[in-house]
Parts: sequence; structure tokens; C-alpha cells
Amino acid sequence: MARLPCPISLMAMTATAPPEARTISNDPALEPKIVLPEPLVLQSGEVLSGVTVAYQTYGTLNANKSNVIVLCHALTMDQFVCGTHPMTGKPGWGDDIVGPGKVIDTNRYFVICANVLGGCMGSTSPKEINPATGRAWGLRFPVITIRDMVAAQVRLLDHLGIEKILCVIGGSMGAMQALEWAHRYPQRVFAAAPIAGSYRHSAQNIAFHEVGRQAIMADPEWSHGNYLEENRVPKRGLAVARMAAHITYLSETALHRKFGRRLQERTTLTYGFDADFQVESYLRHQGYTFVDRFDANSYLYITRAMDYFDLASENGGVLANAFRGTPVRFCLISFTSDWLFPTPESRAIVHALNAVAANVSFVEIESDKGHDAFLLDEPDFHQTLKGFIDGCADACGLARPAKGTQP
Amino acid sequence: MTQGAAPQAIKPAKRIRVDMQIVADLVAPGTRVLDVGCGDGTLLSYLAAFKQVDGRGLEISMARVRAAVSQGLPVIQGNLETDLKDYPDGAFDYAILGQTLQATVNPRAVLENLLRIARRAIVSFPNFGHWRVRWALLIGGRMPMTQTLSEQWYETPNIHLCTILDFVDLCTTMNVRIEQSFALSAQGVKQDFTATGWLANLFSEQAVFVLMRND
Repeated sequence: MARLPCPISLMAMTATAPPEARTISNDPALEPKIVLPEPLVLQSGEVLSGVTVAYQTYGTLNANKSNVIVLCHALTMDQFVCGTHPMTGKPGWGDDIVGPGKVIDTNRYFVICANVLGGCMGSTSPKEINPATGRAWGLRFPVITIRDMVAAQVRLLDHLGIEKILCVIGGSMGAMQALEWAHRYPQRVFAAAPIAGSYRHSAQNIAFHEVGRQAIMADPEWSHGNYLEENRVPKRGLAVARMAAHITYLSETALHRKFGRRLQERTTLTYGFDADFQVESYLRHQGYTFVDRFDANSYLYITRAMDYFDLASENGGVLANAFRGTPVRFCLISFTSDWLFPTPESRAIVHALNAVAANVSFVEIESDKGHDAFLLDEPDFHQTLKGFIDGCADACGLARPAKGTQP
Repeated sequence: MTQGAAPQAIKPAKRIRVDMQIVADLVAPGTRVLDVGCGDGTLLSYLAAFKQVDGRGLEISMARVRAAVSQGLPVIQGNLETDLKDYPDGAFDYAILGQTLQATVNPRAVLENLLRIARRAIVSFPNFGHWRVRWALLIGGRMPMTQTLSEQWYETPNIHLCTILDFVDLCTTMNVRIEQSFALSAQGVKQDFTATGWLANLFSEQAVFVLMRND
């Protein structure tokens, strides 16, 4: 969001450097990773063996392993929450809120974030090599779901010897995972904070995802998903998918404030199809930088996982059934200008949780920054989330860090 | 937080408003409480700390909800007129509605919901039968403004004011048992009148009732 718009032509992307080896399974920057000893039976019924889960941790696990916070990342994020991202060189997506003394205080909590199953930062995904064939998975990768992503995280915690987590937190797709955690593993979760999310993907959101997928598949370089083996990169398709999606992460107000109708490094209209407007240039930049860090097939699979998520239909059409008798504490947070996961989506979850008399907090934060507000500096949001997490930790008897603890 | 030593969790206030204290004293320890219109969670926080209550709150003001959740209290933003229906029958031991009934569109439906959700409802409200109110209208010819009714008629959220006797009548109509009742001064200090009688109706500025279903 903070990047300066720069004039880039999408057409120029085809002229970039030749594709490098993109299967980065052995990249040391993506360590640590574990390989699950048992195969994962997916929601589809398919069985995936040798599943790799790449993850990062922040803070220190305490002696009785009671200070664990699991962060679930959003669609295009990954396990690199804070510090400098090894691929982009930019700060991680949660650098503002995770760290010593921050909202999620790593002096007190041990934070785990795993790259989702199907993601492209080291966990098993369509861009990795299928051990059975020695070839990149491509579209032969089985369709995965939010439930499968969480199942892989559960196995990671098993591997780390962690039985119970204090809090699972996630925004957007991460909120879906947090809900899935609370729904399917209520005994392993003390609290869950689904932020700017929903219990199911709406028709409008499925529609936006379909636009993105069609953009990727319309790119000849995508080559029916075989681009890796053919040493091609569907950059234009993925960039267009990202551009369309990026609009849904913002709000009309935010876009107008940022760009208005201002022209990009010119004083008059060119009467052509260059990026005359700053907003066009900005979107092209967003699309262009995205393709350097994300895999097109991964994008197809992960968007599909979100589309398939529906906790209500899985529970006889009644969302409350998903949480009957739940011991989990919930905190739902939405943002006023979020039109991708608008407040009524969170409120529906709150109503379902009330119907089972669950312990639930719910706050709608005033913000004009759209869906992306959950990643941005919103003091009210941060204060609320911190209060919830620290309250849960206090309730669990977790000691507060001594004042003046050094990072 | 004390300097030097490890800081502790935010301590709830040991002293709360007098009328709030009366409500708090009515709550048995270790019970489940829904505080409807809980504000910034002062009562919930007190009940959690000193009565080990498993409390929940419902509050319409987003700023107050934020303040409550920021202290780690389970409070949701919502409207009691529409959101109480979501809660299951008998989910709580007490449903508390402090100084809010008179501001609801449908007070009877709200009371019914409170008594459906909880075994007991603790309800407090300003008494419109107090002599100052009567005086203001009878002699002054103006809409009453008192310590418990402090807003101008065009600003007040109170749309369904009642007297203590009116409230007792409604309880009879609804077949609701008045388990306990307290007559209070404007400052929330208990008075010696029978809280359901004519003296209280004339001399008490507010009242607290503990209600139960008769069935």
C-alpha cells in the first residue's frame, strides 16, 4: 500500500529475464520445514503423502508450552510474519503487530505461522515436485480446502509437541482457518480471533475469484497449468488476477484519497491506453510485483479452497451447529469499509455463537481503508486485539512479561 | 502496574457506583451473567474479579464495546431489541438490564427475552412516579428533568418511561414473580420503603427488581 506507483506496462512483462528454476524446495531461506510422517487424507478423499509444512516461529516456547499463538495467513501472505521477508526484502505482513512489546508480544507469546498447504513458500503445493512422479505437480495437485490447511497445521503442532494453543488468529482467509480450528479442534484451542472474515465465501467473492482464475487460465503462458515444466511463466494472467483482487481489498474512499483522478507523470491525457492515471499505474505495479513472489497454480488452488469453505452447509445449514457446546473464547473483528468481508458476515458468526451461549466478543472498527485495514495501522483494532489476547492469557494464568523486558 | 515487579493484569475497580453495587450484591458467586447494555464493562469486570462470574455483555455503543473488549471482557456490539432473540433459553443465571428498559421500543418483549434467557432478570429503571416528576408536570407544566431523567424531551432516549406501580402491574400481567425489589434514591442509596408500594412510587427516584418466571 505504501509503495509509490510507477509506470509499468503489463505488456512489457513478457520481456523480462528468462524464467529461473522456480521449484525452490531446497531454498534454505524457507527453513524450517517438516515432512509429515503420515499421509494427509484430504477433504476431497484424496490422500497426500510426504506433505511438507514450512513455518516460522517468533518468541520463546515456555516450559509448559502454554503460550502458543497460531497465526493463520491470508490468501497471498505466507509464514514470514515479521522481520525482512527473504523473497521480497520487505517487512513481513505482520511486522507492525507481532514482536517484542507489540500487540502480539513475543516477550510473552510463542508465535507459529505455517505456510498453508498449497501455498508457494515451501509447503507442499502445485509448484513442488510430486515425489511419486518426480515432476512438478501442476494441475495434478489435488484440490485442497481450508480444512486440509488446518489439518496440516495441526500435524505441525503435533510434531512440535504442542497440545493446546492459547489463541489462533487470522485475517481474511486466515479468519476462515481460525474458525475451522475452533470448529474442528475445540479442545486444542483456548481462544480464536477471526478478523475480517466469514464462515463461508459469498457469491460475490466466488465471482471475484473466478475472474482471477480465468485471467490466469487465459494467459497462453499458463499452458494448461504445465508452465513449470515448459519453463514458462503466466505473468500477465497472474498480474491481472492480482489487479482485480487488489481493488476488492481497498475501498472507494481509500482509492480516491490515494489517487483521485491524478495523472501519472504527465500533465495531459494521452488519448491512448497507457497508464494515464495514477491508479492504473499503481495497480499495474501491484500486479507486476506479485508475480515475482507468487505461483499462478497456487493462486488457483488457494482461491478454490476459500470458495469451498462453508461452515454452515457442513453443519446441516445451521452455523450454530458448528459451535454447539464450544469451550472456545471468540473475538470477531470487522471493519466498516470492508466490502469483501463486510460486517454482516462477522455478525452472522456472532449470532450463531450467541445461539450456543459461547464466550464471544465482537467489535466493528471504524476505518475507510477497506478489507486491507486488518493489515494496516488501525490503533482501535490493535488495542482491541491486544486486550482480547492478553485477557485470554491472564485467564490461563500466563505470567505477564516483566516491565522493561528487552527485545 | 507496580514499578520494578512484574506488572499484573488490569485490576478492576473495587468501588463501583452505588446502584451498580446493589445489582452486583444480588449476583451469586460463580454464576453465568449476561449484562445487557453493559457499557464499558465496569460491572462485568467487577463481577468477574470479585464474584468469579462467567459474564457476557451486549452493548450498542461501539466505543464502549471497544473499551470493554480491550480489557479482555467478552462483550459484543449489538442491539438488545434485535439481538436478545439469538440467545438460547436458560443460558444464564442472571440477565441484567440497568437503566435501559425505558429506552427500548418494546419493553415487554425485552423483559420476556431476559426471562427466557436467564433464570432471573435484574432490572433497574428511573421511577416516573416520583413527586419531583409529578410536580414538574403538574405545577411547572413542563416535561420533568431530574437527576435520573436529565435530558431534554427532544434529546432523551427514554421513550417508554413508567412508574414503579406501572412496572409492578406489567409484572402481574406477564405472570412474572418479583423475587426482590429495592427502592433507591437518585444517588442509588437504598430507602426503607417497600419498593412495590405507593410510598416508593412517590419518594423513590429509581428501583431495582429481581424477577423470575412463575412457571
